[in-house]
Amino acid sequence: MECPRLHEELVSPGHFACPGCGETIAFRHVLHALGKDTVVVTSAGCGSVVDGYYPTTASKLPFFHCSFGTAATTAAGVKAGLEMQGNRRTTVLAWAGDGGTFDIGLQSLSGAAERNEDILYVCYDNEAYMNTGVQRSSATPKGTWTTTTPKGALEDRPKKNLIAILAAHEIPYLSTATVAYPKDLEGKIRRAKKMKGFRFIHILSPCPPGWVYPPEKTVRIARLAVLSRIFPLFEIENGNEYSLSPMEEKMPVTEYIRAQGRFRNFTEEDIAALQKNVDRAWEDLVARSRPARGKG
Amino acid sequence: MKRLLTGNESAATAVKFSRAQVIAAYPITPQTSIAEKLAEYVARGELKGRYMKVESETAAMAACIGASMAGARAFTATSSQGLALMHELLHWASGARLPIVLVNVNRSMAAPWSLGVDQNDSLSQRDTGWMQLYCETGQEVLDSILIAFRLAEETHLPVMVAMDGFLLSHYFEPVDIPSQEEVDRFLPRRKARFRLDPKHPSTFGGGVSSGVLYDLRRKIQADMEAASEHFEKLCTGFSRAFGRSYRPVETFQTEGSDLTLITSGTLTGTVKAFLKGNRQGPKVGLVKIRMFRPFPGEEIRRALKGLKRVAILDRNLSPGAGGIFSQEIKASLLGLEGAPSVVSVVGGLGGVDITPEHIERLVKELLSRKGSPVETLWMEA
Repeated sequence: MECPRLHEELVSPGHFACPGCGETIAFRHVLHALGKDTVVVTSAGCGSVVDGYYPTTASKLPFFHCSFGTAATTAAGVKAGLEMQGNRRTTVLAWAGDGGTFDIGLQSLSGAAERNEDILYVCYDNEAYMNTGVQRSSATPKGTWTTTTPKGALEDRPKKNLIAILAAHEIPYLSTATVAYPKDLEGKIRRAKKMKGFRFIHILSPCPPGWVYPPEKTVRIARLAVLSRIFPLFEIENGNEYSLSPMEEKMPVTEYIRAQGRFRNFTEEDIAALQKNVDRAWEDLVARSRPARGKG
Repeated sequence: MKRLLTGNESAATAVKFSRAQVIAAYPITPQTSIAEKLAEYVARGELKGRYMKVESETAAMAACIGASMAGARAFTATSSQGLALMHELLHWASGARLPIVLVNVNRSMAAPWSLGVDQNDSLSQRDTGWMQLYCETGQEVLDSILIAFRLAEETHLPVMVAMDGFLLSHYFEPVDIPSQEEVDRFLPRRKARFRLDPKHPSTFGGGVSSGVLYDLRRKIQADMEAASEHFEKLCTGFSRAFGRSYRPVETFQTEGSDLTLITSGTLTGTVKAFLKGNRQGPKVGLVKIRMFRPFPGEEIRRALKGLKRVAILDRNLSPGAGGIFSQEIKASLLGLEGAPSVVSVVGGLGGVDITPEHIERLVKELLSRKGSPVETLWMEA
């Protein structure tokens, strides 16, 4: 697959991310696809810390750090403020992690989605509170080890189905993407940028220290998430028009699970149970969807 | 032009004349009619702004923060629990030095539920870095909001205008309404020096070292202190433009008084009504505190120096410490030569009535005592 060439970098080197950070790769591609006429609002989380300490900042765009639970509303406020001063062009991006989106920011997200605020919300999902050192969030998958779901009390609930919650808000655009498929990711950002109203993109962002794997494996693990259909790529327009994104042949979940230390307590039975759930969700998604647009 | 308006209508009128560009609010009694009126002004095109129907008070302040950071003039109004819910973001707004104006319609805090007025909601926010102005009349509400936008935008600090729930928010009074041209002359459009602008990208609110945070806190203190003087300057300009003058602390017949009462909010009007009927009685003076943040310590010392005895009337309570105005006023008198003896009185919590007759009985009781008791006195309910 041809990768987009980044002629103009909007994220500078020298940021504070860990080696192999999925969030930073995602952020770089998101900003590249959006271009310079963008304002970034980010809530507390890795994305906020990684950008740098005063007087340094990695992002070359106007960037506002907002409170943990208010990325969507603050971004909507920025958009309203710009519009009332005659600027209707600038894209306002809310950039938040899974904690700031699935948990503490859910009310703000739902409010902005329901009012169809004219913003692009991108969630970089690393499936736990990574910035504070790997505590479970409602995006943490069942069976995962984190510091608050230690051995003996592993996460016992499935990941919150945020996509279904947002689809129920009937927003104009909703899609999933991951850092293993930058062309797909940037294409979705560009599509969303052209639309009006509330747009949400859910990016799976692997995290080497939190998921317990070597930093060079980030792209491989993100790819396995898609190939196994644990994290399928798709788009939903207006809450019910599903379309699958191009993906290679489906494979079993085993390699994805075995590649990560956070799943080290999975037994063969656990993997079989997970496979069953993934198969069911995938069949359901295929049944709802139009065939893939374009080629992989 | 004079019209009969409620306090809430005066607030909405002022916000309309201020040409607020983004209004984000969430319903809560007794504030709601401000939000309703503003939504109506926007719907009718009388106010060319955006009314955001947000899902909570946290969201209301978050939206104002976003809008203000983008350079727009932003406004919200709330009461009681709503203000408490905003607490985190009140710090955020002042720390980011955003000139947001907020009207708080004072109402007691639950539990238990009560709709009645007291000042515990706004006074609980005294350390958030917001200026606070307390209003006595509907006219003062309208005028304070016009002044507040300028004060906020010229000092880069947010301003809270507080008015008593129901007693002011829902009572009709004749209010002098300025013309749009007059207001435009006094309050030009906001020109934000620092804002989110793709043409001049900057980062705001990110991590800083302890030293930088320390410097910023010193700066906010220095700017708050300077804001007191700036407020007086703006009031002089306001007085020239509209013929009504205001000061952070106002005194009425305190000279040679046997007892001076210190009040804020509508309680001031009640004491004034008592004074009117008290021509033959003991000599009673009045000091009204309009500005609570920045705290006008110097003005208070000037107003109280040489007085025999003062009683501070607090419609609020810091449990375990007593009235909140009282604590701060007492602290400001420390070391003052010729300081009066001071008694703290708490009353009217939860909207319990305080009438001129209550004041009369209080004055009698205080003057019958020798010296001032150290403990907090409670007004009869």
